[in-house]
Amino acid sequence: MTDTAPLAKPRSQWADVWVQFKTHKGALVGLFVFVSLVLFVSVGPLIWAKDPTFINPDGATMIRTRNKPPSLEWPLGTDQLGRDMLARMMKGGQVSIAVGLTAMVISITLGTFVGVIAGYFKRLDNVLMRVTDLFLALPLLPLLLVMAMLFRDPLSKAFGTEGGTFLLIVVAIGLTSWMQAARVVRGEVLALKEREFVLAARSIGTPSRRMILRHILPNVMSPIMVAATLGIANAIITESALSFLGLGFPPDFPTWGRLLFDGAEYIQQFPERVIWPGVAISLTVLSVNYIGDGLRDALDPRIRGR
Amino acid sequence: MLTFTLRRLMFAIPTLLFISLLIFLLVDLAPGSPMSQIPLTVPPDVRLKIMEAMGVNEPVFVRYFLWLKQFFVVEPLVLWDHWFGTSYSDGMQRIVSWQSRSPVMDIIVERMPQTLTVIGTSYVLGVMIALPIGIYSAYRQYSWFDQIGTFIAMIGFSVPTFFTGLVLILVFAVNLQWFPSIYDTSLRVTDWDSFLAQARQMAMPVMVLALFNAAQISRYMRSSMLENLGADYVRTARAKGLSERIVVLKHVVRNSMIPVVTVIALGIPSIFGGAIITEQVFRVNGLGALLIGAIQGSDLPTVQTLTFIFAVLIVLFNLIADILYGMLDPRIRYD
Repeated sequence: MTDTAPLAKPRSQWADVWVQFKTHKGALVGLFVFVSLVLFVSVGPLIWAKDPTFINPDGATMIRTRNKPPSLEWPLGTDQLGRDMLARMMKGGQVSIAVGLTAMVISITLGTFVGVIAGYFKRLDNVLMRVTDLFLALPLLPLLLVMAMLFRDPLSKAFGTEGGTFLLIVVAIGLTSWMQAARVVRGEVLALKEREFVLAARSIGTPSRRMILRHILPNVMSPIMVAATLGIANAIITESALSFLGLGFPPDFPTWGRLLFDGAEYIQQFPERVIWPGVAISLTVLSVNYIGDGLRDALDPRIRGR
Repeated sequence: MLTFTLRRLMFAIPTLLFISLLIFLLVDLAPGSPMSQIPLTVPPDVRLKIMEAMGVNEPVFVRYFLWLKQFFVVEPLVLWDHWFGTSYSDGMQRIVSWQSRSPVMDIIVERMPQTLTVIGTSYVLGVMIALPIGIYSAYRQYSWFDQIGTFIAMIGFSVPTFFTGLVLILVFAVNLQWFPSIYDTSLRVTDWDSFLAQARQMAMPVMVLALFNAAQISRYMRSSMLENLGADYVRTARAKGLSERIVVLKHVVRNSMIPVVTVIALGIPSIFGGAIITEQVFRVNGLGALLIGAIQGSDLPTVQTLTFIFAVLIVLFNLIADILYGMLDPRIRYD
């Protein structure tokens, strides 16, 4: 009884995920749009090397170059101080996407940590979940606004205006958005703990630390990744909302939310100044949400391979 | 059911106390707190007097308990007096705003109607749009209606409300000039004309919030319907010859509503938060505008009280959602 048929090359899990991900059209389009936007804000400034904060020191020239309509010299026109809108859009996008990614990393790390600890150690489960419930009951937007008001000046003094505000917004968003990830991860860990491979690992005396790092964490990667994509979308919206309310980044420091806020004053004369940053925020969030949707389908083994 | 309710209630009280402490300490001990911003050139005795006038010379816990007493004892008593003409609260210190020197609760009561009309209308409208869309798109899954509904819902919760609001202003206020872009709070509805004016100025903020709410609720309704449509009892109902209408509208919709009702209840406090932004876009003079104004003016009592009221709303509606779920679905009551 020898099986002579050659074994098919084993496929990795991530290749499977990619195959399934490709069948979700919206997710593919979303991935394409998101990558294009990231390229636009990261590679764009290398090609379009104008200074986004450049105000012509010569007063007469500055006044003449104010509020220009789109032309070859300024593809998106100029703003009320004669600054190039295309360069500002790129710079603003850099900040917005950087805030989104960093805040997501903080919130996912915190959420995963709390979730894994709560799910794995029974003694800590009750306490940690009560804390999570408590955080879920906090009024997040008002608290974020209050935090932005109270900590902006001290942090700006300590880390410089831009660095301080960046740190504040990223940490504030991270601290107020980890709860969903923690809940999902905890549920997943609780289910994993009952599986045979965990029992097997325990029976050969694996210490808790290695158990979590080698056996539990790789198996909760999929819900974490889905939570991560949604976290990016949430962080970008929150940052632009804060900037829009005037409590985010300082005025001369462009982010998409800030550009929208500045453009809102001139909405009657120059509507495109609202449209460009608004469309950029919406496209980013929409594409990230579609990627999350596709990932959720692709990472669900019940759907995959059908 | 009673023990279930009581247990949830017992958990809500320490949660609220803890949140109030958190908010109080965060605002009070922060390095950027306005109390640390009295210039150093002010002589010490004057500084002491300023602090005393603001009531901030006591240790933080004394002030916390004082605030608790004001919030939970004095303010309800004032309300009681106002309703029944008694005078229990005479001579008691109320929570006073640093900006306007008038009691915070009075300002909140003044601002409440604007927020409630706009938010209430938009939420009711959003739910009324969302439910039929969710039901139909689940019933005809993957039809063109479902595809379009999914796409619009995706846009609805991806596009931030401040951008949809500005686009609506651009289209309807600037270009078409149908609606005013600024909400006039002093408008009193007395006759048909003023009612029309009120409807016109409410149209845009209500549209923005309704779209946002409908997007989320229709998704929940759809997925809940999909879960139930494949259930065994639906096959039984069809097998015994009930008409499709009865099967869907009576059996499936009623069961699918259970989680959706709780989602609707849970969503109410978060729309108060979302309304902060919408109020700012349309210049509605409501609670959100009050909070923003208080934050910009470093008016700590107002900020603390308002933030805590938002927290109370969240805890209250969590409680209502829990109890509703327990009432609608007996499997949940683990008593």
